[in-house]
Amino acid sequence: MKPAPFAYHRPRSLAEALDMLADLGEEAKVLAGGQSLVPLMSMRLASPAHLVDLNQVPGLATVDVGAEGVRVGALARHSQVEHDTASYDALPLLRQALRQVAHPTIRNRGTTVGSLVHGDPAAEMPAVLMLLDGSVTLNDVNGTRDVAATAFFKGPMETDLRPGELAVGASFRRPPPGSGSAFVEVSRRHGDYAMCGVGALVTASEGALSAARVCLVGVGTRPVLLDLAPALGDGVVDDEASAALVDAAIDPETDIHATADYRRHLAHVLVRRALAEARTAAEARAA
Amino acid sequence: MTLFGERVPRVEDARLVTGEGRFLDDLGQDALEAAFVRSPHAHARIVDIDVTDALDVEGLVAIYTHEDLEGRAAEPLPLLIPHPTLTHGRTPYALAKDEVNHVGEAVVMVVAGDRYAAEDVCDRIRVDYHLLPPVVGIEASRGGGRLVHDDVPGNVAAVMVQETGDADAAVDAAPRSLELDLAIERSASTPLEGKGVVARWDADDRSLLVHTSTQTSTSVRQAIAAKLELPVDRVEVVTPDVGGGFGVKIVHPWPEEVLVPWAARRLGRPVKWTEDRREHFVSSAHERGQLHHVRVGYDDGGRLLGLSVRFWHDNGAYTPYGLIVPIITSTQLLGPYKVGAYRVEFTSLYTNTVMVTPYRGAGRPQGCFVMERVMDAIAADLHLDRTVVRERNFIQADEMPYDQGLVFQDGRPLIYDSGDFPATMARLKDLVGWDDFPAFRDRARAEGRRVGIGLACYVEGTGVGPYEGGHIRVETDGTVVVSTGLTSQGQGHQTMLAQIVADELGVPFERIRVTTGDTRRFKYAVGTFASRTAVMSGSAVALTARLVREKALGIAAQALEADPGDLEIVDGHVRVKGAGGGTVSQVDLGAVAVLANPLRYAFDEAAGRATQFAAPADPDVAPVGPGEAPGLEATGYYSPTRSTFANGMHAVVVETDPDTAEVRILRYCVVHDCGTIINPMVVEGQIHGGVAQGVGGALYERIEYDSDGQLLNASFMDFLMPYATEVPTVEIDHLVTPSPLNPLGVKGAGEAGVIPGSAAIAAAIEDAEGITLTRMPISPSELFHLRKERLVEPVETTEGHT
Repeated sequence: MKPAPFAYHRPRSLAEALDMLADLGEEAKVLAGGQSLVPLMSMRLASPAHLVDLNQVPGLATVDVGAEGVRVGALARHSQVEHDTASYDALPLLRQALRQVAHPTIRNRGTTVGSLVHGDPAAEMPAVLMLLDGSVTLNDVNGTRDVAATAFFKGPMETDLRPGELAVGASFRRPPPGSGSAFVEVSRRHGDYAMCGVGALVTASEGALSAARVCLVGVGTRPVLLDLAPALGDGVVDDEASAALVDAAIDPETDIHATADYRRHLAHVLVRRALAEARTAAEARAA
Repeated sequence: MTLFGERVPRVEDARLVTGEGRFLDDLGQDALEAAFVRSPHAHARIVDIDVTDALDVEGLVAIYTHEDLEGRAAEPLPLLIPHPTLTHGRTPYALAKDEVNHVGEAVVMVVAGDRYAAEDVCDRIRVDYHLLPPVVGIEASRGGGRLVHDDVPGNVAAVMVQETGDADAAVDAAPRSLELDLAIERSASTPLEGKGVVARWDADDRSLLVHTSTQTSTSVRQAIAAKLELPVDRVEVVTPDVGGGFGVKIVHPWPEEVLVPWAARRLGRPVKWTEDRREHFVSSAHERGQLHHVRVGYDDGGRLLGLSVRFWHDNGAYTPYGLIVPIITSTQLLGPYKVGAYRVEFTSLYTNTVMVTPYRGAGRPQGCFVMERVMDAIAADLHLDRTVVRERNFIQADEMPYDQGLVFQDGRPLIYDSGDFPATMARLKDLVGWDDFPAFRDRARAEGRRVGIGLACYVEGTGVGPYEGGHIRVETDGTVVVSTGLTSQGQGHQTMLAQIVADELGVPFERIRVTTGDTRRFKYAVGTFASRTAVMSGSAVALTARLVREKALGIAAQALEADPGDLEIVDGHVRVKGAGGGTVSQVDLGAVAVLANPLRYAFDEAAGRATQFAAPADPDVAPVGPGEAPGLEATGYYSPTRSTFANGMHAVVVETDPDTAEVRILRYCVVHDCGTIINPMVVEGQIHGGVAQGVGGALYERIEYDSDGQLLNASFMDFLMPYATEVPTVEIDHLVTPSPLNPLGVKGAGEAGVIPGSAAIAAAIEDAEGITLTRMPISPSELFHLRKERLVEPVETTEGHT
């Protein structure tokens, strides 16, 4: 379990990093927290010829809270985002989800943007980005582009990031006033990838829901974002209608930890739980 | 003050928790490093090995295949524990010859400047295989349609039967009977530190110094000498700090323990191999996998009349450790019970998977699961409390020693030496609040919660022979150096043995230094397994300390001009009993050590006091008398007639989520009897670790092979060892029934915690759910499906199986 030979690069500026990535193209992988990449390399499941280590690039370990929402830089560790009070006040869902990302030691090194770019369909943060109408900012030597979350995640470990591009940050947008959120999941052990996880975001006013969305992980090849508006009637989510929507949207698989049937069952249970928690949170914020 | 029985903090801990431990991979920084090309196929013939592309990798030193091995190194590895019923024992070659029989079997050894380069070389070596049909799992193997070894018909390594009375007739004649099919799936020891070897060949001395992460350095030494055809005195084996063994490191010599020293001698340079996690999963050993068919007969009160068990044991591709695991299952299945007539027949089967050798508990968790499922099934059939059925079948305290009429794993009669099972049960019921549970269940049910309680009992043969020894020397500065030959994997042996010596010799605990597992210090030992260290080495160092004490009193008696019978040793000083601390009437043990070794040369101040001219001496008396030896030291051994038998009972309270089928352990209670206790903190630590592994085996850990023999979860990401977050707080009560078999009254404690885990947790889940569990481990996904099956077939579930 030692990586194959690779060239190590340590750019000192964003411009230098982008130049390197332009030169190296598909041969290069970016190292930020390394919590997924380094084990993959050690097991020789990934053998990039070049590793571009971002950690000396200034200005990327940022968490900025603005009127639009929260913007997270490429080197912001999960724990930095998790413990950022202003981010929590703006978007409680960030902390709600991050507390379920692996373990504190992994969150101390792993980066939120890195998790997004890794694109694991069981990971929490891609679902959060989708629920919060977020986007990823991709830079290359020619410029910059923002890709909406819904377009960014393409399949298991597959995103819209192109060779030569660097994900410099991600933006999570503020939901409308009166919103509440929750993230619930079931994993085999505390901190493991979820067999199924559900993030929920609802908007309520005077006890009635006006909007409800969920995003499910672990039950498809990418996070499954679902607008439950069709199941909303009289300010509540109709469980049966919601279940039908969920059933139609997910496509879980069987693996050694859980059958597809069980995952499907969890999806229904967790959607109900997440919606209930999110509604409670919305009411608490309104109070 | 005596230290025996005290919660003495472990002397090992400060060093280990501050990063001062010295594990295998910390050694040999100057050594070349080895890596192995391992078979990617479960069953195949090796057609060709092509190294052409690998030859230009920078740092390559050597590539070896079976063809390079010579003499005994080229022969199969030893069958360590033969048995008359093991008619078709098979062991692997150090490097595969012609055929591979499991994914992970070593085919090519690469030595390079470092491990990175060695793995680069491995990547470029091409091995052509002709694939053979793989045999995976007990069902596939016992059909015998496909063979693992061409010359082993039906894949049967061994069939063994033991019986006391005519069990089948007893079952047939019994007023009531049940039949059950039960299964325990594969797991593995998975120590956090894998295996590893560093070997140094001294060309001038023509000798080997080998460090290896093992549970038996003395036997590895003998094995290396035999394989490399070296005189035994040219080989020394040292065990550094070991990051867990749990059984897998008692097997030896592992291929690498032969190959690394072999390569070091051939290359004339130090060579090192450190096993990585993936290698450990696919090339070390697993355990547990068994299928049982049980017939039991009993009366209307639940008293057993006959028990007939047939089981199939998956021994993997090879049987170097013989039949120890299934023999233990077949004998220890009986637990604390009188079962009436008993018959057990097991078939040990080959499969194209990693071989099976003991993992903590060593066959007992399976046996305990079977017996305790039987007890619960009888209780359900008769609508009796589960504790009542057990109590009605217990061997009673006044029946000890109790002969079960079978032959145990050490070839000696299965005679329980001590124990008070009814008393243990009474304490367990108190500890967990068994009689109050129905009220708790009602309250929980009113809140929409599902809770259940289960229990399981076991008896564990511990402290098996044949022997262990100790050597104790008092240095001239009063330091006491204790050596025992068996090894340590973090259990706290240094602390525990020092407590014993401190009491026996009358010296301060802090002056005692304990060494284990170093053949340079102590040549004769068996190893660390079967919960035997406290019994075997504990007794050995106690007996040895008594010899040293006797010698010290004899020498001091001359110096003090007193009768040895009037002397005592207190706080490292020999003194006349009752004379207080006056300097005239006492002499410190360091000074006694000086006097014990008459010298010619005064190399230091202490030695000066011992030279022949230092003190007036009788010119007609030899400085070292006939039958005496210089030095204040002694060597002693302890060899028991048979094993001690510890026992215990666990009770578990679980809560199952009605929606997600997750299982949460609310309480885990243990009552434990390991005889007299040397250090309660160490014993409790052993129980905690054992319970953690029991919880793992019940709810998380499972070796998953697919039908092609590929291991699907060869990593800690997918092989789910429980985290601290999954392990409950363990509540412990001790019962002490001393063993009459050894001078300390101790039994073993190392494995106990793991044994009843699956049995007790299965019972608790069953109680919460009203679903019969017949196989473990169980995941939430499986519980979900069992619930669905119940909804489809709402037949009586817990009420009998006939």
